[in-house]
Amino acid sequence: MNKQDLLNIGDKTFQSRLFTGTGKFATSELMTQSLAASGSELVTMALKRIDIAGKDDDILKPLLAAGMNLLPNTSGAKNAQDAIFAARLTREALGTNWVKLEIHPDPKYLMPDPIETLHAAQVLVKEGFVVLPYMHADPVLAKRLEEVGCAAVMPLGSPIGSNKGLASREFLQIIIEQARVPVVVDAGIGAPSDAALAMELGADAVLINTAMAVSNNPVAMANAFALAVTAGRQAYLAGLAPKAQHAIATSPLTGFLN
Amino acid sequence: MNASCFSDQVTMDEWQAEKLAIIDCNEAQVVNAIEKSRANERLSLADFKALISPAASPYLEHMAQESQRLTQQRFGMTMQLFVPLYLSNMCSNICTYCGFSMENKIRRTTLDTAQIEQEALAIKAKGFDHILLVSGESERKVGIDYFEQAIKVLRQHFNHIAMEVQPLSTAEYQRLNALGVESILVYQETYHREKYAKYHLKGKKSDFDYRLQTPDRIGESGINKIGLGCLLGLEDWRTDAFYVAKQLNYLEQRYWSMKFSLSFPRLRPCEGGGEVNSPMSERELVQLICAYRLFNHQVELSLSTRESSVFRDNMLSLGVTSMSAGSKTQPGGYANDDKALEQFSIDDNRSVEQVAKMITSKGYQVVWKDWQQGLVSQ
Repeated sequence: MNKQDLLNIGDKTFQSRLFTGTGKFATSELMTQSLAASGSELVTMALKRIDIAGKDDDILKPLLAAGMNLLPNTSGAKNAQDAIFAARLTREALGTNWVKLEIHPDPKYLMPDPIETLHAAQVLVKEGFVVLPYMHADPVLAKRLEEVGCAAVMPLGSPIGSNKGLASREFLQIIIEQARVPVVVDAGIGAPSDAALAMELGADAVLINTAMAVSNNPVAMANAFALAVTAGRQAYLAGLAPKAQHAIATSPLTGFLN
Repeated sequence: MNASCFSDQVTMDEWQAEKLAIIDCNEAQVVNAIEKSRANERLSLADFKALISPAASPYLEHMAQESQRLTQQRFGMTMQLFVPLYLSNMCSNICTYCGFSMENKIRRTTLDTAQIEQEALAIKAKGFDHILLVSGESERKVGIDYFEQAIKVLRQHFNHIAMEVQPLSTAEYQRLNALGVESILVYQETYHREKYAKYHLKGKKSDFDYRLQTPDRIGESGINKIGLGCLLGLEDWRTDAFYVAKQLNYLEQRYWSMKFSLSFPRLRPCEGGGEVNSPMSERELVQLICAYRLFNHQVELSLSTRESSVFRDNMLSLGVTSMSAGSKTQPGGYANDDKALEQFSIDDNRSVEQVAKMITSKGYQVVWKDWQQGLVSQ
């Protein structure tokens, strides 16, 4: 195992390939302890949920105290205009140009809007943001977002908060195969085994929130996810998981040539 | 309003048929609905009818467990707090069950800009960021121009503004949307077309269809969220609750990017009295709340201080996602508590701090802020 297996996104380098969220925890203490147990170095939080005026905020304050890298997200935005507004507001308030672009106009399944996401990404990249877009596992969209300058792409495993695992596996594999920016599997990962699988498939990182926060023991679950991500990554590096989808036939049809 | 709108579907024939269908649900249908939920399948309106039927009563614990699981997965270990701000108790309607009813001899008042500012500061000092503006229905004195003035003051203090006032026109809702109002609550009270007329004797509220079409006008205006509900106890609560679910389904399909919330006010004593035709027990209210959650995973469920503290404490983890706390139901009540003006007396009289402490002690995090003013563009 290469000890220098670091992940570079934008201007930052990460040792941990487990990104986390801040929603749904019972207390901010539990959130802080869980994030610590996860070893995560990048954590996302919704602009709408934090009090950007007061530094006394129950989510923001412990994150800042722990020296976490912040990945503000635009959750609540229904179109590009809203998301751009949210990104500008967080940059001003939190002093970070990182943004997780989330545009889901459908409140039922929280499916990301590809058209608005691409448009907002274009604008925000030009404004100097490090843009990590939440997206459907759509390989063409992943390339388009890469082309407009996104620092990574964040395709979903299954609907946000559903804990249904890698329902989009076939398409995630295509995205991973084609991507020239890091691929972070976001949303729907329900168990450490899902996270390990995503890493084995070659994802560069995963983002976990609900499966951790809503567990009976979020701290222990955070640690379990950390182990799973490490195991999955090692397996990928060791070459155990398939990378290309086109099989190389060992068919007897051409055996006569030997 | 086009021909396929929801109010056309609410007929007396259908009411009677649905009422009977709910009563006729059997245990097998209840078990089937719960099993579907456990398998993470979406429930149909037929399943919902089974869950609110008398046949579901023995399965309340199973429903509660499912409701808790689905709510925690979707909303986490959190409880949002909000508070109502009564702008005015002026009203031109006569409604037999309401303390603000025009014929009730109570002192009438409407807050002016300075008083609204005072209320805002008193509420803000308690920690709230989500407010619900409430008023009687007095079109001339408390109309859209008045609301605009009020909101301009209040948006300086609060990120999330919801309103529960008289039904307005689409154009008026567009004006509210432009000012950053996030949510409009409008309760049909009852979907029983004939009895509705007997409860709403005079005033604009007596127009059943205009009120029932209000969510469509809100949906067309681009407002982000609609709150639905009925006044449980006026008429057969099961049938009314079913129509709320049916209207929710209709609106979700028609306005696919809107959010929704539900409330379940039970009829309570107020000035002027009024009959409770279909009394609903606490056990039945639990059944209804759990049924709504099993039926719709994403809808916000809101519980007011009309209910007792013991009930609210226990419902915290069973499906509810937002609660009011420390409520005053009279205009100016936060800066100056004058009981003579109130709409109805509340049951949970605890302070905001006490409610917040209770929530924390139950292992839930209090959410004061979950919206950003300006986030949804107009």
